[in-house]
Amino acid sequence: MARRFLASCNRGATPYWLTGAFIAAGFVFVYVSPRSIPAFLIFVGGASLAYFLRLKKPARLAFAVVVAVVLVPILGARNIFYLEVIFQIAVFSALALGLNIVVGFSGLLNFGYMAFYAVGAYLWGFFGSQQPFLLHAIPGTVPPGTPFFLAPDWFYLFVFLGIIVAAIVGLILGLPVLRVRGDYLAIITLAFGEIVRQLLNNLDKPLNFTNGPQGITPIQKPTLTPEVVAFFNRIFGPLVGRPVTSSQFYDILFYLIAVLVVILVVIVTFRLDDSGIGRAWTAVREDELAATAMGIPANRLKLSAFAVGASFAGAMGVLFAASRTFVSPESFTFLASVNVLTMVILGGIGSIPGVIIGAVVVTILNLQILQSISLWLAQLRQSDAFIPIINFHWKDLSNQLDPSKYQRLVFGIILVLMMIYRPAGILPAARRKRELKGHDDETTGENNDA
Amino acid sequence: MRKILGSDALREILLPLGRMAVFVVGAGALFSALMFILALVAQGSGADKLLHDTQNIGIVAYTLSSLPQVLIDGVTLGFVYAAIALGYTMVYGVLEFINFAHSEIFAVGAFAGVEFLILMDKLGVLAGASPLISYMYLAFALAVAMIASGLIAMLMERTAYRPLRDAPRLVPLISAIGVSFALQDIIRLVESLTTGQFYRVIPTFGNFDERVPLFSLPTGGAPIAVNIQVKSLVVIVAAVLMLVGLSYIVNATRIGKAIRSVAQDRTTAALMGIGVNGVISFTFLIGGALGGAAGVLYALKFTRIDPFVGFIPGMKAFTAAVLGGIGNITGALLGGIVLGMLESFAGAYLGTFTMGRFGSEYKDIIAFLVLIVVIIFKPSGLLGEQVSQKA
Repeated sequence: MARRFLASCNRGATPYWLTGAFIAAGFVFVYVSPRSIPAFLIFVGGASLAYFLRLKKPARLAFAVVVAVVLVPILGARNIFYLEVIFQIAVFSALALGLNIVVGFSGLLNFGYMAFYAVGAYLWGFFGSQQPFLLHAIPGTVPPGTPFFLAPDWFYLFVFLGIIVAAIVGLILGLPVLRVRGDYLAIITLAFGEIVRQLLNNLDKPLNFTNGPQGITPIQKPTLTPEVVAFFNRIFGPLVGRPVTSSQFYDILFYLIAVLVVILVVIVTFRLDDSGIGRAWTAVREDELAATAMGIPANRLKLSAFAVGASFAGAMGVLFAASRTFVSPESFTFLASVNVLTMVILGGIGSIPGVIIGAVVVTILNLQILQSISLWLAQLRQSDAFIPIINFHWKDLSNQLDPSKYQRLVFGIILVLMMIYRPAGILPAARRKRELKGHDDETTGENNDA
Repeated sequence: MRKILGSDALREILLPLGRMAVFVVGAGALFSALMFILALVAQGSGADKLLHDTQNIGIVAYTLSSLPQVLIDGVTLGFVYAAIALGYTMVYGVLEFINFAHSEIFAVGAFAGVEFLILMDKLGVLAGASPLISYMYLAFALAVAMIASGLIAMLMERTAYRPLRDAPRLVPLISAIGVSFALQDIIRLVESLTTGQFYRVIPTFGNFDERVPLFSLPTGGAPIAVNIQVKSLVVIVAAVLMLVGLSYIVNATRIGKAIRSVAQDRTTAALMGIGVNGVISFTFLIGGALGGAAGVLYALKFTRIDPFVGFIPGMKAFTAAVLGGIGNITGALLGGIVLGMLESFAGAYLGTFTMGRFGSEYKDIIAFLVLIVVIIFKPSGLLGEQVSQKA
């Protein structure tokens, strides 16, 4: 039934107007009521229809470009919060895709992935702030008149430097793969991640490199000429309804850079997946001994997986530091690493669209759904409503019950449930889907190799 | 027959005691000797001069005079780590699986015990209790913690691990991480819903904060008194009792024999009529109970606990288990003591020897480095047999 319905959606011109209608409707809804979550979900759903329905490639690209370059900036300028959500989705998609190369393609579990993100963030955090001049200063103090170390537009170069430096760190941290496998490797990466975080925390002496737990601030953003803002206002001003200030336009700029990076990352990942390297990764993941016997240099491939995965995180780290103008070790905890791992596992280990869906779902869950449940509970608490039969007055509800603060619980339960019931994820990788199909009539549930 | 069994049991009690003594003395002597040599080498260095200027004492004399206290702290910490490490090592021995959520079992135990003591404090029975009675209450708290942790560990195995028992090895590991995170927040949720705050402080009672003078070191100036806190003594004694008890259960009882057989070969054990599921449940029960008791001891020593208290001690205990040879109960003991000593020495001397450039905050990093180095270069640990690495 559902399949026939889907098939009818995919016939003739139907997918085109369906996608267009959904996107348009979502856009109108969000435009009219910028705070409504269902409206936002319709918009996101419409945008993802462009991927799921059978469209011609140029049409698909056109939809994507219109959504990414025109619609989202307009909506974002009206409600900056959406831009924040979509920016985070983009950042986490890139991170999840990077982790997916390590975990999904080559089958090495990495619990310290945030270390690479931290490397990128602190790279620009250090060179893009006054920190190089504060090596001998007391942490937290800035002598007046300290200049910035580099001009703000070095940022663009540092996005590339972030890739290179993080890849080198990835190679170094990946060295244990030469000797260690399986769960021991996972624990080692966790230890590495913690060491990096603790070093960031403690390297405010003997020389003040990182400013310790207080973190580095302010970090420069790339310069933005008033002409660009004026240009945007001239074209989109009537639609947005009010002129956009340059600080708001920074959010749009970072969003566009993030989308650009994600597109590059997606292209690189797809190309890698289809290349000889990608097939070799799969071979090593499935059976290292057999792969080695076929002449595949397993160690070199595993190291390269670490390096490539790390490089994505490095670039995003630079972007993160500039967009927040602040970095501190708190952003790079084990929780954050597991957060990215949850996206990969939820979406589907090894599946590129799946991983992006995972990033979208987890980020929206995190930033919008949990938050709005918290908000809703807070409203209930202030109202006189009560549950009739058990006679429970909402205002007696403890104000400690704040779902947005219980991410660990949500992620933890997601991980356990996914492992037990759907280890291949929401959108299993194509390869895995074929395996599932092939096994359907013989065995069930034997395909859950991570 | 009965006589043999009796002597066997005695052997199983005396042997671990002897081992513990050997490990403590050996590790203590080794670390002290190393530290002494380091101090001799550092004579005349900047650190030496700094000590002369500020405290009017040479670096060798400084090292020697603080050694006993550092050793006592190291042993205390080491026994706490050993008690937690046993949970990791037993589960690994039986299932070849890193029970990542064991650190939260430890936290559950700490909270159960501390909540029990807080309740007793509220009832007013703790405040004026004589030392003997206060030890009894501590024993009750330990029992409560052991029951709570043991049951949670069993429940966890039943719900999150058993369905995945035949899955590839990384799958249950991810599930364990999920359980670990969920448990942290469940503790936090329960605590904050019932008490409004999510950290707890163990009530002061009994004579645990007093210090027992041991001996005094004659030095050039005033003699330095070496003493041990009562609570450190309690921690050591309780941990030793538990370790001996565990050793007895595993090596001298029927269920212990069943555990060992399941660890050796699960399928064959099942063919021999051993209820594998029950044995695994039991393993989680006693591993969890030990972890829970260790949680109370930890709370007694460090007074403040929060729902995330388990992570760092858990990682260190895992390091201890790997260091000693995971799957090996004696090894966990050795690893715990060595790691405790290492941490205590690093905390005490790192700041002095580097003139404050690197302080005791690096002790976590050192523990993690030990973990990495051991896994890379000697994954079988100090005592363990070669553990096969299945991908």
